[in-house]
Amino acid sequence: MGLKTMKTVINVERLTKDYNGLTAVDHISFEVEEGKIFGFLGPNGAGKTTTVRILTGLIKPTSGRVSIMGFNLRSEPIKAKQIIGVVPELSNAYNELSAWNNLQFMADLYGVPKNHAKNRAKELLNKFNLYDRKDHKVKTFSKGMKQKLIFAMSLMNDPEILFLDEPTSGLDVISARLIKDMVLELNKEGKTIFLTTHYMEEANQLCSRVAIINHGKIAAIDAPEKLKMRIAGLKWVEVSFDMPVDASDLLDLSGVIDVRMSGDKLRLYTNEPGRTIYQLVDYSRSNNLEIVMLNTLAPTLEDVFIKLIEEKG
Amino acid sequence: MIDQLKRACAIAKKDIRIYYMKGPVVIFGILFPVFLFLAFVIGRDLTVDFLIAGLLSMTIFFTSMSITPVIAPTETQTRNLERLAAAPVSITAILLGDMLASVLFGVGISLVPIMVGMAIGVTVEHPFILAAGIVLAAFCFSAMGLIFSSTPTSMTSTVMMISTMVKFPLVFISGIFIPVGELPQWGQMLALVSPLTYITDLCRYSFQGTNYYSILVDATALMIFFVIFMTVAIKLHGRSLPKRL
Ligand SMILES: Nc1ncnc2c1ncn2[C@@H]1O[C@H](COP(=O)(O)OP(=O)(O)OP(=O)(O)O)[C@@H](O)[C@H]1O
Ligand SMILES: [Mg+2]
Repeated sequence: MGLKTMKTVINVERLTKDYNGLTAVDHISFEVEEGKIFGFLGPNGAGKTTTVRILTGLIKPTSGRVSIMGFNLRSEPIKAKQIIGVVPELSNAYNELSAWNNLQFMADLYGVPKNHAKNRAKELLNKFNLYDRKDHKVKTFSKGMKQKLIFAMSLMNDPEILFLDEPTSGLDVISARLIKDMVLELNKEGKTIFLTTHYMEEANQLCSRVAIINHGKIAAIDAPEKLKMRIAGLKWVEVSFDMPVDASDLLDLSGVIDVRMSGDKLRLYTNEPGRTIYQLVDYSRSNNLEIVMLNTLAPTLEDVFIKLIEEKG
Repeated sequence: MIDQLKRACAIAKKDIRIYYMKGPVVIFGILFPVFLFLAFVIGRDLTVDFLIAGLLSMTIFFTSMSITPVIAPTETQTRNLERLAAAPVSITAILLGDMLASVLFGVGISLVPIMVGMAIGVTVEHPFILAAGIVLAAFCFSAMGLIFSSTPTSMTSTVMMISTMVKFPLVFISGIFIPVGELPQWGQMLALVSPLTYITDLCRYSFQGTNYYSILVDATALMIFFVIFMTVAIKLHGRSLPKRL
């Protein structure tokens, strides 16, 4: 480990996956440090699920190297799998088995001792509000309950690293909240989490580092705030008046680079938001307009995302 | 190694809970051979112990091969496979677990014809050889069943169709209805490449004391077929698993 204080638990070097000519993952390299929540963000078909499947030992890469807590995935897949938990993107528990039996099956697959497995299952079912349904077959569960069960199953072996492939997609806000709180709680206990998501806000809230992936390549990788600073030159002020105004008037204000309509609001791109606001107030006074709404906005992760995706298009 | 075996047992337990008494298993594993058997023996003048031996080997053949082909396509369709494959179990352990469930089913159901036979006065002359033969054959046939399910499909019916197309002709060249010795030359040659021939011969020996090959040949042949089927199944499933996700 040398002088580094942080331990690297996931190490990916020049990872590539070809599907008959289509390069789903294209020479990506990155590291994830212990105890971090690492976000993997990208549009549909970017290669997120393919990457997760390679990292969890489900499919073999065309080339490249992965090590999980020091275990080379190619030579020691079983040892690597033993210490990770996985919530795949599209996967089910066994419908014909009860929630309880699904959890015990997982415990058996990971070699968790019987007594320990029972306590753990109880604890997890309670945490996910599924305890009173523990003996019901999974086929009687709602989608959200199934997803919570899959999450619980991935925790039966008390994994060091947790891979979550869009864990909250399709869930209502309450269930999504529960999952997100779980992620934070696990992280507090020191677990490393690798999370793919479509939801920028989720990545923004949870992740200490985010990789933005597009067409199988990493477009950017950094802390969310630092990613936002990359397009910090572009700030904007959103304003709405009680009457329609001519957008070209606003373009004359100092510092304003561009004006765009968005709904009943005007968005003024500026490099001096403070001055722009003064001028807007003056403008409204001199034209007898009333300001209904005024907002300054810093770029969100979504803006960074869209900008990067459009650039590399 | 021991760990992987324990995990294979857990997989077998799961299979037993889910797949025993599933539609295709009951139809192709129990009903189909019973009707096939009745269709061919009714009205023919054959001794009871000859028939019971044939029925027994056919039962082992069909029942031990009824579970293994169903599991992989079903779990592809229900999307259980990704979760299973992410667990620290090797392909070999997964297949071994599936086989174990199939073997137990085959051995369990084959007690039925034995008991029917004993009820109507047939005696088992070599019970230990019979027991060992049944277990060996059950392993051999459930491994054979794994090969059928190695195409990465989610359609159980496709797998069942392919396997029936192979199983059906084997029944006729394996000395169940016509003893191998009475087959024409080419039939005897074909009988050699059917694993079913050897367990049928072994059953005949256990019930009637008459055998066409030596018992050692029967056992060795079943063993060799088992090793070949298992090796091929592991290879093929290893290749098809990623395509099922
Ligand atoms: N088994 C496969 N065979 C062929 N191509 C595949 C296979 N799996 C994925 N791909 C292709 O690889 C690319 C990346 O797919 P992947 O599922 O990794 O995307 P993703 O980022 O997870 O997308 P989403 O957000 O929609 O889940 C896609 O173009 C997809 O069509
Ligand atoms: Mg995906």
